[in-house]
Amino acid sequence: MWEYNEKVRELFLNPCNAGQIEDADGVGEVGSMSCGDALKLFLKIDKDDRIVDARFQTFGCASAIASSSALTEMLKGLTVEEAEKITNEDIVDYLGGLPKEKMHCSVMGRDALERAIADYRGVELKKPEGEIVCECFGVTDLEIERAVKENRLNAVDDITDYLKAGGGCGNCHDRIQDIIDRVMGKQKTLEKMPATLTNIQKIRLIEDGLEREIRPNLKKDGGDIELIDVEGNNVLVKFHGMCASCNKSQLTLKHYVEAKLKELVTPELTVEEVQQ
Amino acid sequence: MKTIYMDNNATTRVAPEVIEAMLPYFGELYGNPSSMHSFGGNVGRKVNKARNAVAELIGASPEEIIFTSCGTESDNTAIFSAIRSNPDKKHIITTRVEHPAIKNLYEYLSKNGYRVTFVPVDRKGNLDLDYFYDHLTEDTAIVSMMWANNETGVIFPVQDIARDLDNQGITFHTDAVQAVGKIPVNVSDNGISMLSMSGHKLHGPKGIGVLYVRKGTKFSPFLIGGHQERNRRGGTENTSGIVAMGKAAEILKDRMSEHGAYVRQLRDRLETGLLKKIPNSHINGDVDHRLPNTTSIGFDYVEGEAILLMMNELGICASSGSACTSGSLEPSHVLRAMGVPFTSAHGSIRFSLSAYNTEEEVDFVVEKLPPIIERLRLLSPFAQEGRACRPNT
Repeated sequence: MWEYNEKVRELFLNPCNAGQIEDADGVGEVGSMSCGDALKLFLKIDKDDRIVDARFQTFGCASAIASSSALTEMLKGLTVEEAEKITNEDIVDYLGGLPKEKMHCSVMGRDALERAIADYRGVELKKPEGEIVCECFGVTDLEIERAVKENRLNAVDDITDYLKAGGGCGNCHDRIQDIIDRVMGKQKTLEKMPATLTNIQKIRLIEDGLEREIRPNLKKDGGDIELIDVEGNNVLVKFHGMCASCNKSQLTLKHYVEAKLKELVTPELTVEEVQQ
Repeated sequence: MKTIYMDNNATTRVAPEVIEAMLPYFGELYGNPSSMHSFGGNVGRKVNKARNAVAELIGASPEEIIFTSCGTESDNTAIFSAIRSNPDKKHIITTRVEHPAIKNLYEYLSKNGYRVTFVPVDRKGNLDLDYFYDHLTEDTAIVSMMWANNETGVIFPVQDIARDLDNQGITFHTDAVQAVGKIPVNVSDNGISMLSMSGHKLHGPKGIGVLYVRKGTKFSPFLIGGHQERNRRGGTENTSGIVAMGKAAEILKDRMSEHGAYVRQLRDRLETGLLKKIPNSHINGDVDHRLPNTTSIGFDYVEGEAILLMMNELGICASSGSACTSGSLEPSHVLRAMGVPFTSAHGSIRFSLSAYNTEEEVDFVVEKLPPIIERLRLLSPFAQEGRACRPNT
């Protein structure tokens, strides 16, 4: 028998905000009957971008219902921008904890929220493309990477608890472990990053960040990036492929490439595109 | 709150007479049955009396009965004995719906040099006999098939199969843990080589099991140690458990048919009541070939753990084939093997009754479960409508 705390039990037995919103401004749906749990989240949002009502419909176990109920309570009164920052850990905290094996219920809440917000904004939420690692539950490498990073997971069992990946036939356990090792390995180099970098160290870290993190992501959209030079803290790059002709490439440059390199190398970095 | 216990395929209440019979062996009758002195020897006589009672219950001879610690040990002993006794044979057969004690053991063996055939079942949970006979080879060391399924109660034709295999000289084991005590189980007139049973499933205590090994069956012990159980199972006898098992067997011999009829009528009342009151609900398994105490009902569009926990609030104990309850993520392998659709596999609840249940209890469940299913369906995105449980402020 699962050890649910009083709060989870209460929100399961007497869930708040169950039901639909007929004229919802944003609807997010995740899960399926075959997965064993599913959540449909409805948001009513006013003209100031504030969530005035949130309701849910959930097919699933006690913790899935309690997580959905918690999420809708947390959302009411928040602006969309504030809501966007809610993580699965916030849902778990609100509930005062979930059994480890039930963490995927909170992840389901976060995913439904992301989709509802995307629906509200009228943007198509790109399903994290990546490559399917767990065939049984259709979980990709990118989703696993994200869960490892956000929840500091370091074992295959943990991944199964959070994402279900690996919980079926078990054939993907080695691949999941590889992903964990890769992500954790990366974080270890971050921890070891010296306080002041020599030029050589800095350039190596920039190259490493581009190779391992940034280029693979751009490539997914058909783009690419090339490191041209590093002048002090100014990184000179050149876009290729789709990125070269994309009118949003300046946004990508500042909000993604520069932000990522600041995170991975040093906050003093700026990134500039070299014109032809 | 009163407990309404309808989970007797998981474990049963120990009969008061059984408790009474076993208690002295925790106290003043602590002797070792193997001792030379009469203080121990007297206990040994009680062990033999229990052996006789168990043998009589299933139509065996006392020397064909080996006491073990549980059904799982009996199963492991049987399978390992068969493969060690037939070292040249590398093929073993079982079904896709076995209890984990057999299923996981066969999966282990499949990774350790054995070719394993898992015989499928149809939508009603009945064995695909053609498939089975097609896959039987001269290389087959053992066939193991449960007598009755723990989740659905479906009964396999193990006696017919055992006779066929006996003629071909193939060892046949049956896990009869769910069958003994619920339906007549007799080993005297068929070719069953080995049969497992468990004390706590038949109103005995936990920690005692039995393996029947037919005279003439090649045997190799699983627990190697002292000379106990005629060198077939090392380890000092669990005297209190053995005496309890004997008492439970005696009681069953007298009352099984009476209990069976009573329990069947309760089960049918429960099943009919629930199916009538709850739309989109279905019985899993062949209703004509079932244990009298078991029903597995799938409720579409809801999830089993949620049902169980809501019933738990009312003191009702049952179990579920849903993924969430077991810690695994997929619904029960039994329901999946039967091809039960996901819509109802996740929402399948097993009620397993015993003679301790009453009509009042059945009526209570028939009254309380429909609103629970209704409530969960209202929450579910797969059912039509939803509503807020309390006014939104």
